[in-house]
Amino acid sequence: MIDTGMAGAERLDRRMVTMTALLTGTIVVVGAVVASSAMISSGTPAWVTTLAVFGGALAVLGLSVGAEYIRWRATTFRLTEARLELRFSFVLNRRRSLARDRIRTVDVTAHPLHRLFGLAAVVIGTGQHGESGEAELKLDPVSAERARELRVELLRHAAGTERPTDEGTLAVLDWQWAAYAPLSVLTPALGAAALGAAGNVASWFGGTEDVTGAVVSDLLVAAALFGYATVAVGVLLAGAVGATLLFVEMWWGYHLDREPGGTLHVRRGLLTTRSISLEERRLRGAELVEPLGVRLARAGRVDAIATGMRNGGTQGKRADPKTLLPAAPRNVTLRVVADVLREPDVAATLTGLTSHPRAARSRRLRWALAPVLLAFAALLTAWLVWGDAIAAAVGPAFAGMVGAVPVVFAVIAVPAVVLLALDAYRNLGHGLSGGYLIARRGAVRRSTALLQRGGVIGWTVRQSVFQRRAGLVTLVATTAAGSGGYAVPDVDAAEGIAFADEAVPGLLTEFVERD
Amino acid sequence: MATTVRLRPPNNQLNPRSLLWWRTRIALIVLPPVVALAILGTLSPLLLALAGLLAVLGIGFGVLMPMWWYRVHRWEVTDTAVYTRTGYFWQESRIAPMSRIQTVDTVRGPLQQLLRLATVTVTTASAKGAVRIAGLDAEQAADLAAELTRITQATPGDAT
Repeated sequence: MIDTGMAGAERLDRRMVTMTALLTGTIVVVGAVVASSAMISSGTPAWVTTLAVFGGALAVLGLSVGAEYIRWRATTFRLTEARLELRFSFVLNRRRSLARDRIRTVDVTAHPLHRLFGLAAVVIGTGQHGESGEAELKLDPVSAERARELRVELLRHAAGTERPTDEGTLAVLDWQWAAYAPLSVLTPALGAAALGAAGNVASWFGGTEDVTGAVVSDLLVAAALFGYATVAVGVLLAGAVGATLLFVEMWWGYHLDREPGGTLHVRRGLLTTRSISLEERRLRGAELVEPLGVRLARAGRVDAIATGMRNGGTQGKRADPKTLLPAAPRNVTLRVVADVLREPDVAATLTGLTSHPRAARSRRLRWALAPVLLAFAALLTAWLVWGDAIAAAVGPAFAGMVGAVPVVFAVIAVPAVVLLALDAYRNLGHGLSGGYLIARRGAVRRSTALLQRGGVIGWTVRQSVFQRRAGLVTLVATTAAGSGGYAVPDVDAAEGIAFADEAVPGLLTEFVERD
Repeated sequence: MATTVRLRPPNNQLNPRSLLWWRTRIALIVLPPVVALAILGTLSPLLLALAGLLAVLGIGFGVLMPMWWYRVHRWEVTDTAVYTRTGYFWQESRIAPMSRIQTVDTVRGPLQQLLRLATVTVTTASAKGAVRIAGLDAEQAADLAAELTRITQATPGDAT
């Protein structure tokens, strides 16, 4: 018999066994059909087929259900005044526990099968940058109701007493935001992936040997028939549909709330529902992220800068837990940032950031043009040296175009990178708003980090010889949260040091010289 | 801006024995190929010349670079912060406040033990905020680590 050994211990939800039975059962039935049709078609006697398929199906089903039953019997957890304990005792004995006052995150996830049975998985974390897996416990699954209770119970304890307790909804989903989804960089990739998948499915029936080759050749035939533009538009359309569907799955029913005790709570998801809680004590700021396409549509998303936030974490990459608001119009974004940070003047400060010296612009132009010019030189050399050979290889129809390649490349690439460089320079900015330090940078992905001045736990000042000649420095504010450091690149040397000194009073003062 | 604001360099240099430490390490990297080439050089004068060239380059590098490094590596510990500066072409100054220090490590490699040197690494809660002072006198490093640990423990909070 398995001894639980803990008074007041709970088990995971028993329905997990039924759930596994159903899941494995479905797979086994499908497998059995495929296997028996294959065996019969290859001339195996019917009774052998029946015996083998039934035996195999029963063995697989029995093993997986048995294993799940043992996991259910062997796993117990207990919530005491001080600790949350999780114990697994079957053959070996494993016991893990978390101090309740160190619990910082309680994330609840329910995938479709969970939801069919009214179950959910709960991941409880301490928010420490520990060894992976050491800092969190997973209860998978408990009943959806128990998951909700656990979340409230564990976080109430964590919230303590002396916290501001204004609560309410900060943002809910507006379906117009779905329009920003296709602007993501994912769109072409998703389109290509959809195409690849279609090719794969086709190959199951058609029996094509080389799937990728077949897809590519089909594409080329299609391109010849309908023109490259049409095919490109088709791929992009498929990608846009994919991106929108992904958005719907991830952000359906999105709510951002502030709960009593100051916990930010994000709920979202259509098929897989997710509930992500972020204690405000862990919040060190917010990052306004505007990828180029989304920024051109005057929108942006909001990420939390919080300590102990795993990147992707246990929920996989798609359900990035640090995103507080999906791409939304700028006024919504600014309002949410202001509400989350409790800093009403953020919008005004963001329009009046201190810009960086013109030397920073020259540096950006140089960085952008150097690789393009190198590539142009390489193309030109290739044309001069092997031009005739290439022309002969591509055939008479395209031979005339070979010499045009370097020129076309330069005509397209130079203006593009110059525009990006100028945009990158325009986006450079820094400033202070109340309790927050603001650093903005980037063109393809413009990022505006709003970092609590109290959350800055050190400065790194970098200066290359080139920067020294141009009178620039790069400041990096280090912090326990988010990516660990937020840079203010190419700021005027004197002004930057003064800014760093002002932003975090006392830290730099004794090392600063003024003359 | 009429006034210039800048960070002054940290006050202290590393222990002068660091010169020997760096030179030994360079020698350990350069010597094996030089010796190997020299032995093979008994077969071909070309290899011997190559060994000679490598030796000259190695000696030049080993004499000059450590002097250069010694000049540009500086550190300072005050009551409120740890401050280091390294590099010339890519100069990097790091400041970590005493109140946010999480761990203080002293490491002594085999060479450092021979030369009575030590490396002190001060980490904060930031993944990017570690401050490293490599090449202190061992006793001084131990005192410094003890002092930093004392101050750090006296500061409440989890330093995030």
